Amino acid sequence: MLRVASPLPGFGLGMGILLAALTGVVLLPLAALLGQGILMGPAEIAGHLAPARVRAALLLSFRAALVASLFNLVFGLALAWVLTRYRFPGRRLIDAAVDLPFALPTAVAGIALTTLYAPSGVFGQALAPFGISIAYTEAGIWLALVFVGLPFVVRTVQPVIDEIDPEWEEASATLGASRLRTLRRVVLPVLTPSLMTGFALALARSVGEFGSVIFIAGNLPGKTEIAPLLIVIRLEEYDYDAAAAIGLAMLGISFAMLLFINATQVWTRRRIGHA
Amino acid sequence: MPDRALPHPVTTEPPGARALLTLAVLALTLVLLIAPLAVVFAEALREGLGAALAALTERDAWSAIRLTLLVAAVSVPLNAAVGLAAAWAIAKFDFRGKAVLITLIDLPFSVSPVVAGLALVLLYGTHGWLGAWLQAHDLKIVFAFPGLLLATLFITFPFVARELIPVMTEQGRAEEEAALTLGASGWHMFRTVTLPNVRWALLYGVLLCNARAMGEFGAVAVISGKIRGQTTTMPIMIEMLYNEYLSVAAFSMAALLAALALLTLALKSLLEWRHADLLSAMRRH
Repeated sequence: MLRVASPLPGFGLGMGILLAALTGVVLLPLAALLGQGILMGPAEIAGHLAPARVRAALLLSFRAALVASLFNLVFGLALAWVLTRYRFPGRRLIDAAVDLPFALPTAVAGIALTTLYAPSGVFGQALAPFGISIAYTEAGIWLALVFVGLPFVVRTVQPVIDEIDPEWEEASATLGASRLRTLRRVVLPVLTPSLMTGFALALARSVGEFGSVIFIAGNLPGKTEIAPLLIVIRLEEYDYDAAAAIGLAMLGISFAMLLFINATQVWTRRRIGHA
Repeated sequence: MPDRALPHPVTTEPPGARALLTLAVLALTLVLLIAPLAVVFAEALREGLGAALAALTERDAWSAIRLTLLVAAVSVPLNAAVGLAAAWAIAKFDFRGKAVLITLIDLPFSVSPVVAGLALVLLYGTHGWLGAWLQAHDLKIVFAFPGLLLATLFITFPFVARELIPVMTEQGRAEEEAALTLGASGWHMFRTVTLPNVRWALLYGVLLCNARAMGEFGAVAVISGKIRGQTTTMPIMIEMLYNEYLSVAAFSMAALLAALALLTLALKSLLEWRHADLLSAMRRH
């Protein structure tokens, strides 16, 4: 790597440790997965992805992640706005609680949500008279993914809200804009890039999420069976090729989605003029 | 300039809308975040504190707790050391390909934990690329402690580096250069100038890394083989107990991990209030 001369020592040592660890811990295993894909070839991978059960699982993982991340986009924005702009008792406690999904192990979240929303649980019983069941349906998967993805949106948008100068909003109001119009035309455009980033992070996390989902999902093949679970099942059957094919498909689709979101982000930034 | 604590009427929403939005957000937070936490402790204590403690001191439970502590005790310091080395090289020097390198460090964030576990099995498993060689040398990685460690290292790889890089970049290299000019050796400079400057960011990264290391489920579930008393970490044990309908035992162990999560959050909030200025650099990036 070409580097600019610096009087500080330790570049070689630091870079050496980083590259060795990165290669050994992250890149080598991923290369093994890619290698398995190359050995199989596109035709065999496509064959492993063809069964309806596999396609349903992949579709479910991405659909549920999309639904949950879209919900988090709205709820996360509202939560970030209320936490930064309003003052009310318990605000700091709620602010700290936002990070709970980061700190609480996914398996713990999974069994807790299942217990709450199962037909015998507190919320499950309350919702039953309305004919709504959440646990062991796709709605349960949405719920778990909302839990897992929420902090990503809140934590990326919050600092940007904090930096908005109230004078912009005053100027907009002085010029006769209603509050709603000010929010839509002045505040929202400033927040859009960070909202997209938060959405992308939440989406990336929830597509591959496993621990919080498998307890509440019911795991019915073709209906509520997520792609990561199908990988685990194939591995338990020692069908490494099928597992690798699904893993590669997940990697490929996640990568394509992140690329698409990055591209739209560059486009919005250019349009709004935040170089 | 108007006082920010009392927003000017034109820069905030009408009082009715404010109250409504606040209540809606509070209600959702209670249902989505607080209720799951509360139910963990309620279920653990349903048959009393004695039953919960008895479940935790049972032999397999105790070995799961020890294994989780061991995995964290090895993986967190390793990640901290690598994170420091990475942040030093990336933040204090200019070189080509820096953005690519940072993207590669963040890669584990966009890989499903199950796919990470799968990749490790394909590399080190009996039928994996290195499987025959490992077997010939009588080395066991998959379904053994090294596998649990590698899976945890993979998942937590970005945690420390990610917190340190922005802080170290913001601090620049003037202080280090001054130390060198005054005759300090490289290590002396690192220990007395660099490390104290980043200690809070480092602690922050280590806290998050530790929480994830102890709670990781997907990657570990794939590679552990779930051998009771040998390769079952606390989250795996929770799954096994829950699936055996041993609710109190499962939730007792879950409560232990939830208590750890609460402690992590408390320390994290404390760091954020005390060192808001230092840590704000991390949020901006």
